This record gives sequence, structure tokens and C-alpha cells, in this order.
Amino acid sequence: MSKSTEHVEKSGSKTYRLNVTDMSCAGCVETVEKTLRNMPGVSEADVNFAERTATVTGDVSPQALVEAVGGAGYSASLMEDEVSEAEKENAEFEHYRKLLKQTIVSGVIGVIIFAVGMLNLLPDILTLPGQISWGAVSLLTLFVLAYGGGRFFTGALKSFKNHNANMDTLIAVGTGVAWVYSTYVVLFPGTVAEIARHVYFETAAIIIAFINLGSALEMRARGKTSQAIKRLIGLQPKTARVVRGGNEVDIPIERVALNDVIRVRPGEKIPVDGEITEGSSHVDESMLTGEPIPVEKNEGDEVVGGSINKSGSFLFKATRIGKETALARIIDMVRKAQNSKPAIGRLADRVAGVFVPSVLLIAVFTMLVWFNFGPIPKITYMLVTTMAVLIIACPCALGLATPISVMVGVGKAAEYGVLIRNGDALQQAGQLTSVVLDKTGTITEGRPVVTALEPAPGLSEGDLLTMAASMESNSEHPLAQAIVEAAKEKGHGLKPVESFEAVSGHGVKAVYDGGNVLLGNRRFMNDNDVDVEQGLARYEELSGSGQTVIFSARDGIFSGLLGISDPVKADSKEAVRRLHDLGIKVIMLTGDNRVTAEAVANEVGVDEFIAEVLPEDKAKEVARLQSSGQTVGMVGDGINDAPALAGADVGFAIGTGTDVAIESADITLMRGSLHGVADAVHISRATLRNIKENLFGAFGYNTLAIPIAAGVLFPFTGILLSPVIAGAAMALSSVTVVTNANRLRWFKP
Amino acid sequence: MNIAVNILGLILGAFIVWWFWIAKSRSRARAEGSSIDIIVDSGVYEPSEIHAPAGKPLTLRFIRKDESPCAEKVIFNSMDVSADLPVGKPYELTITPEKPGEYEFTCQMAMYRGKLIVEPDADA
Repeated sequence: MSKSTEHVEKSGSKTYRLNVTDMSCAGCVETVEKTLRNMPGVSEADVNFAERTATVTGDVSPQALVEAVGGAGYSASLMEDEVSEAEKENAEFEHYRKLLKQTIVSGVIGVIIFAVGMLNLLPDILTLPGQISWGAVSLLTLFVLAYGGGRFFTGALKSFKNHNANMDTLIAVGTGVAWVYSTYVVLFPGTVAEIARHVYFETAAIIIAFINLGSALEMRARGKTSQAIKRLIGLQPKTARVVRGGNEVDIPIERVALNDVIRVRPGEKIPVDGEITEGSSHVDESMLTGEPIPVEKNEGDEVVGGSINKSGSFLFKATRIGKETALARIIDMVRKAQNSKPAIGRLADRVAGVFVPSVLLIAVFTMLVWFNFGPIPKITYMLVTTMAVLIIACPCALGLATPISVMVGVGKAAEYGVLIRNGDALQQAGQLTSVVLDKTGTITEGRPVVTALEPAPGLSEGDLLTMAASMESNSEHPLAQAIVEAAKEKGHGLKPVESFEAVSGHGVKAVYDGGNVLLGNRRFMNDNDVDVEQGLARYEELSGSGQTVIFSARDGIFSGLLGISDPVKADSKEAVRRLHDLGIKVIMLTGDNRVTAEAVANEVGVDEFIAEVLPEDKAKEVARLQSSGQTVGMVGDGINDAPALAGADVGFAIGTGTDVAIESADITLMRGSLHGVADAVHISRATLRNIKENLFGAFGYNTLAIPIAAGVLFPFTGILLSPVIAGAAMALSSVTVVTNANRLRWFKP
Repeated sequence: MNIAVNILGLILGAFIVWWFWIAKSRSRARAEGSSIDIIVDSGVYEPSEIHAPAGKPLTLRFIRKDESPCAEKVIFNSMDVSADLPVGKPYELTITPEKPGEYEFTCQMAMYRGKLIVEPDADA
């Protein structure tokens, strides 16, 4: 999908602006210009070296331009010239004001005509002066129809030509019939029986006023439904302070190139995605991930565009710009999801497709029934009921019921760092009966850390850790890295070791501080005749709780042990409890051994766990649950669990910040917390409830209102609906749907 | 008189059925090609039936003239593609439909309706 920037348009010729990166010298300018000018269809191409942009005019596709520049060894991207939110808001506000103006003009004229009729201010219609003055009223009404309702008539006509009918058709026919009949009465009053000699000018004018008012209110309410997207767009700063030629200069964000070095000072927003090259800070990523605590960032760490630098000043290198940044992708994804429809809304869509022609048929049928069976004056009853049927039917409410709630629901989820891919994922998430959790990285932190230090008597914890870390700094093993990290965190410096040797699957040995040191599992100790008797009690205890235990010995004598485990995330237990509260069964899958799995399972309180599962068998487990009638959500890291995520009814990819493969799952949890799953289920259920209310309301309204307007109550109660009331009801119905959807904005999972 | 009015009413009903259902499928404005302008105005996409070969990029240039919010979005629900259309400014949507078939595109409320008919690629 792409969008083009268009400035000039003449016979297929357009102007595009490209960002061109990797141009390092003036010579590059010539190469790029030449490449572009030599392309068939291009009439003009200019490169601005300072801005690193190219302006190209010609009858050529923008993709071809980007490819050609790429072929010449540079990278180019099409410059976005999206209508800014402000521009869009201005246009919407203008439209809103226009609608209000039309409401007031039509309403005032309608009320005046009504008063004139009620108070008998005009001469009798059977006299010439009466005919002339009522003729003037007819023209005044025609003005209202053209000024306030012109678009309904042109729309209806155009739709009609295309064999389509929509709301415009109903309003145009409804008010049109009122005006034509009334004008006929004015022109030929003698041909109409006295009892039926009514005119309906005020009805037509007031209906137009009501419908415009409804549209205006609906527009206001609709603006609020897209607040989530506006908030995300608002996160994007407009400028960046780039280091160029030794100076720091402020440039518009669109001109930031890949690998530019950018300065961020405390309190500023980070403009694009990148990697810190100098300095450190705490960064508030809550708007993107929902994670409230600022994250510490040091040299080499990734930063995300749109997040806020809280404390220090730092430099970072831009690694993703424009459409590629995490924020841009999130906005794109949320927008797409907001536009998609869950299965629950498809019935309404199908009904909406045949709704208006069906109402037209009902109107004809109503007319005939009143003509054949109605009381005198037949023509009056026929007119009033037919108009009411046409005006009261509201396809808008039906068509809006689902999408408007999806917009608010998806936006709400994004606020909590939950990115929902489409409407179906939104619907399914609310219907989950089981959630399968991967253990490593989902329930646990996903990286081993030292969780126990048990030095032998005479040694301190620091001694043991320093020794172990010095040895393991030579090893690549993940457990070794955990030990080195632990030493670093506690501020222990490393000492040199000699004659380092790694014994695969067992441990490492080396000369450390003048002694022969062994570090490894129990078997490694046995093989080297180390007596570990004094550590065995703790060993049993630690390994029983799922920790991996490493023994240490110096010169053949046991010197302590270290427990290493992948700790459970602080909020996993609470999140599992929330899933239970939602009536969802929680199952844990892991490739780990049973002991470790059981320890974690007990700690967080899952209902079931399956250990020693091969990655490819995770998908089978999901399928097994599905075949037993469960609706299954699978939560994993999105990379290793891809087949299981794809197989599940809803695949949740859990990640932190940008590490996430946004495209890989039905729902992406920006925050690495399981609370995201519970939030998603909560929001999904609330949204579905909202959609159902809307659909029920819209279907209910139409199925009740249309027969009442047709006059089914008349034989029993003598009640007939005035077309004016019908207009008000119809205007209110779509406003109600949008307002109900807006209630979701206040929902808290 | 009575019979005449009834017959007239029945004819009107029959006309509605014929015009909006039966004749509809035969008379859509069609367009073919790899780049097509679609005007979004007064409740109608013009043309509303697009024919395109499978597997080739197709650029649809939406020109929205209707200011009302109804016309704002165009959604190809079964293709997972959607776009927000600015008023009075063309918007190019490039898609590559892979599988032959009929894909409906609508506005958010499904009042605007069009059909993209993807045919097997004759060149392939």
C-alpha cells in the first residue's frame, strides 16, 4: 500500500518528493539526478543535497523511482504528505459548522411555516391571494430542500442511476413526496377533497433540520472515537536535533536520515527509533507499552520514537525512520484494525446492503394498505404513513453499530499496549476459554539470573561470585553469562584466569588466584573426585524449586554452590489470577524439565502444565485443546512459537517495546506482561457487549419503528406517528449508537 | 380508480425489485486496468466494479468528493486492506490481489459499495 504526494497534475504527470539517504558528497547528487532523469516518463528531477531530498516530475510510478535510486546504490523513500490531523480536524469542523447552519436555517423556516399554518395567518387556499401566498411558502420550502437537503437529492439521484439506494434516497423521497403533494394542493386546491386539503411544507423543512442536526451531532461524537489514533499521532515530535558537521541543528522529522546522530535532552521526546551511542537516561515508554515505570537506557540500548527522555542527555543513532519506526507501524496497525470488521458485524452489513430498497417496498405496501383499507381522507393517511416510514428507517445506525465500537475498542486496547490486528481477533479474544502460556519469556523473564549463592564456610558470597564470574567470563554459555552479569551488578571486578578449559555438558576448569578451580554440575564434581556432601542438602532444595545448581571446588575441595534460574515475572501470578477470574483455564507449556516446570507452575498457579514439550509439539497441543471444544489463546514470543500462535484461535505475541514482531500475531502485547492478555480479553468482551447493544438497538429500533410509522398501532389506539417525530427519532438513533460506542472510552480493564 | 391505483402500486413495487436487485448486477460501471480512478461521491463509487488480473499490482486512485464522514474510509474487509480518504485530494491505494475471486469494498457503514473482481492472469 502506498500513498503518493502530489503537487502538480497534468495529463498523467505528477510530482513526487523522495527522501534520499546515503548521499555523502556532491558527486552523489549528480548520480542520483542522472539516474532519475534517464528514467522513461520522467521530465524533471532535482536533488537537494542539503535536505537529502529529490523532487521528480513525470508520468512514472513512485515505486519505480524508489527502485531506480536503490539500483544506483542509494536508498530512497517516498515522502509522505499525509493530510495532517490538524487539517483534517479543520475540514471536519467546517463541515460540522455547515451542518449546524443548515439546521438553523431549515429549522427556523420550518417553524415559521408551521406557525403561519397553525395561526391561519394566510388567506384561504381556495382564493387567489391564498394560492399566491402558499405558492411563496412552497418556494421557500423548495429553498430549504435545496439549501439544507440538496445533497440528499443529488445523492439519491446518483445512487438511483447506479441502481443503488441509501439514506439519501429515503430522505429525498420522503421530503420530496411531501413537497410535491403540498404544491399540487396549492396549484389545484379544487381537485382535492376539503378534508385532505393539507399542506406539508413545514414537515419537509423540519425533517431536513432534524437530519442535519443529527448528522452534526453524529460527527461530533465520531470525532471522539478516533481519539486513540490522534493520541498516538500526537506522540510523534515534529523536529529532531541532528548532529551534522559537528553542529547540532534542528531539522524537521521527515528529513532525519538513517544513521543520523541525534541529541535528546531531558524532557524531550525521542524523535525516531535508534540506538544510544553516548550517555544514558531513563525513558518513559508508557504511551507505547502501557508500562508505567521509566526504563533505564545505556549505551547500546534501543530507544523508541515517541517515548520521553526523563533524566539524562544522550546521543543516539537513527536506525529506523519514517514509516519504519515502531510508532509508525503501531499507528498503521491500529488504524487498519479499527477499519476491520469482526464476524459479528457482517450480518448488519448484509442487511444494510438490501435495507433501503426493502424500506422503499414497505413504503409502497403501506401506501396500498392505507389506500385499500384506510379511513377517509385516504390520501392524507397514505401520505403521512408513507413519509413516516421513509423518514424513520435508519440504515446509518445499523451500518455504524459494529465499526464504531470496533474503533473505540481497538483504540482503547492500544492505550494499554495491546495491539489488536483485526476485528476478528478482537471478537475471538472475548470468547477464549483456555489460554496456553509458553513458560520461558512469557511467564518468566526469559533470561537466567543467579538466584542463590551458597559459599562454603570461610568464603564470602563475594569471593564465590568473583571466582565463578572470572572463570565463566571465558565461556559463552547462557548460564555463564548470568553469573558474569550478577558479578557486574554487584560491583565485583573480574580477576585473570589461566589454563581455562570448558568440558562440554559438564562445566569449566581453570587456574584462578593460584588454585585449580572447577565449576560445573554434580557429575563434573564426581568425575573429579570432589566430595560435595556438605552441599547436597541445599542442592536438593534448590533443584527441587526449579533452579539449575552449579558446584564449585578449589583444589579438590568443595567451595560452594550457585543456583541459577529464570525468575518468574513479578506480575505473572496476578495476571494468571485475573485470567481465572475471567473464567479462563490457564495451561503452561515448556520445553524445560518437569521439576523446573512444576516449580514455576505452582508459583504462578496455572491449572495445568506440560513439560518437555518440543517446540513443534506446542501447535499440536493447541490443536488438541481446540478439538476438545475449547477456544484457545496461545501466548508466546512470536518467533519460536510461531506455528502454535498461528494455530491458536488468538495468537498473542508478547514482547517488550520494539523487540516485538508486530506483524506475527493476532494480538501483540507491547508490554512484556501477561496482564496484557487479561486486558485484551476484558476490552474484547466490553467491546463485544457494546457492539451487541448497538446491533440490538439498531435492529430493534428499525423493526419497531418502521411498523409503528406504517400505522400498525392505528387500528387499536388511533395513534399515528407524525413524520416530524419520525425525523427526530431517526436523527437521534445514529447519534445514540455513536454515543454508546463512546462509553467504551471510559472502560477500565 | 381503485384498481388503477393498486396496479400502479404493484408496478412501482415490481420496479423497485427489478431496478435495485435484478437489473443492478448487469449495469455496474466497470473498469479494467492496472491504474483506475474511482470517484467517491453521493453514496456511490464510480466505477463500482473493477476488473483486474491476479498477482499484478493494481493502483486504485480514490478521489473523494463527499465531505460527509460516511465516505471517509474505504475497506476491503476480506483483504485486510483499508484507507482513510482525504477530501478533494486523490489517494492512491496500491494492492496486489493474489487470488482470483470477488472482493467487496465498502465504506465503514457499507452504504458505499463496490466490487473488485480478480481474474486469473491471462499472461501467466
